[in-house]
Amino acid sequence: MAKLSFEKALEQLEQIVREMESGELSLETSLKKFEEGIRLSQFCSQKLEESEKKITLLLEQANGAIKETPFDLNEDAISDPQR
Amino acid sequence: MQEVNSIKKVYSVSELTEKIKLLLEEEFPIVWVFGEISNFRIPSSGHSYFTLKDRFAQISAVMFKAQTRNLKFQLQDGMSIVGLGRISLYEPRGAYQIILEYAEPKGAGALQVAFEQLKRRLAEEGLFDSIHKSIIPLLPGRVCVITSPTGAVIRDILNIVHRRCPGLPIEILPVSVQGDTAAEQISKALAIANLRASSDVIILARGGGSLEDLAPFNSEVVARAIFASRIPVVSAIGHETDYTISDFVADLRAPTPSAAAELVAPLRSELQSRCLQLRQRCEKCVISLIQRFRDKKTFLSRALMKPLKQVQELNLRSDDLTHRLQRMLRFHMQQYNARIRETRHRIQYNSPMNHLNELRYKLNNIDGNLLNSIYKMLSEKSNNLRVAGAAIAALNPISVLQRGYSITRTKPDHKVVITSDAINKGQLLEVELYQGKIDVSVISK
Repeated sequence: MAKLSFEKALEQLEQIVREMESGELSLETSLKKFEEGIRLSQFCSQKLEESEKKITLLLEQANGAIKETPFDLNEDAISDPQR
Repeated sequence: MQEVNSIKKVYSVSELTEKIKLLLEEEFPIVWVFGEISNFRIPSSGHSYFTLKDRFAQISAVMFKAQTRNLKFQLQDGMSIVGLGRISLYEPRGAYQIILEYAEPKGAGALQVAFEQLKRRLAEEGLFDSIHKSIIPLLPGRVCVITSPTGAVIRDILNIVHRRCPGLPIEILPVSVQGDTAAEQISKALAIANLRASSDVIILARGGGSLEDLAPFNSEVVARAIFASRIPVVSAIGHETDYTISDFVADLRAPTPSAAAELVAPLRSELQSRCLQLRQRCEKCVISLIQRFRDKKTFLSRALMKPLKQVQELNLRSDDLTHRLQRMLRFHMQQYNARIRETRHRIQYNSPMNHLNELRYKLNNIDGNLLNSIYKMLSEKSNNLRVAGAAIAALNPISVLQRGYSITRTKPDHKVVITSDAINKGQLLEVELYQGKIDVSVISK
């Protein structure tokens, strides 16, 4: 669970829902699955909520290091028609 | 013939060859030629040897390594080229050939041919194989955009990403997307993105342009950089109709930069509702499942209750029957006891002892009676006897005789004569007296 990707989680969640909807699980198993499903859905929601709205421009400096600078879309990026 | 002989000039082979060589090389110091390449080969020297031919003739051709290197495409069999070169004669073999300084594909432009060639080569190498394609993450944690930091492309991408998935972090690796250094910058940017490994997907984008403009994206160095990228690369080069080598190597080709943004940035609201929906289904499932198990439990409990009730009923019935059994038993016992008592009574009553007593009594009675009657009878009899004796005594003829009576009987038959009618005159009679008898005869009657 440490490095679970969003789609993996969503996939697992879908799988769990399918299994649960098949109605072929024992009560114990389905409760376990439910627990897992809720955990996954929380994980997914959390992943979806995570937003830092950060746009950075990575610039290589003279010494070869990479410098992160905020990227302002509204400045020259738009005014400059050249692609 | 004579004339020929007269002016006869005999050349050595070398001389003749030398003359021809001079002739040719002076006549064709530089010449354009076009033809189709065949018998193409590169020996270890690295120079290219081939034959240029058309329908009726052929000519040996060579292009040295230094010149070949300048070509944007590769010479190969079957290719029609226009070449610039000079005619040369190689004396040791007496062979002439054209040494090409420059060549370009005839018909298609050199860039197009170079594109096709690189494409084929990389395809053969397996760089486009789907087995190498990574899956684009559904929800990347961060998106890396490699493109020009200015212009519509980056603006479109940013707008679309933020519209679809607000707040999705983006980092931009600014590069030139055309010009001589572009390919190098782009491949370096790809390497940097992989080195940082902070993004989950890379968008390599460029707006539309001519084939020359798109050249960096058709370069081998960029193709290899894309192939080497561990982070999935979405290429979005030019317009929808433009295909570049980068598009083939990339894990996903987007027809336009905007489309790339849409492919990379999921609609957050859609994912959210999908996630919510799944959660609700999950909850609904577990609720209905629990309800189902509860119903089942209730049903089973009821089924269990039934036997319990039955057991209770059976208990009651058993008690009742036991009670009745005991009562009946008691009743029967009493009856039996009564019967026993009665029987005993009857037995006692009918005891042979009783009978015996009775009999004994009877016998006693009988005995008494018998004695009595015997006594009575005896006394009667003795009385009678006495009476009879007296009577007898009275009747005793002897006594009668004593008293003087006699008995007359006929003779000889001894019949007592009680009337005179019974006797006749003269009849002999016997007269018995008290003492003695006399015989008489009837004198008269």
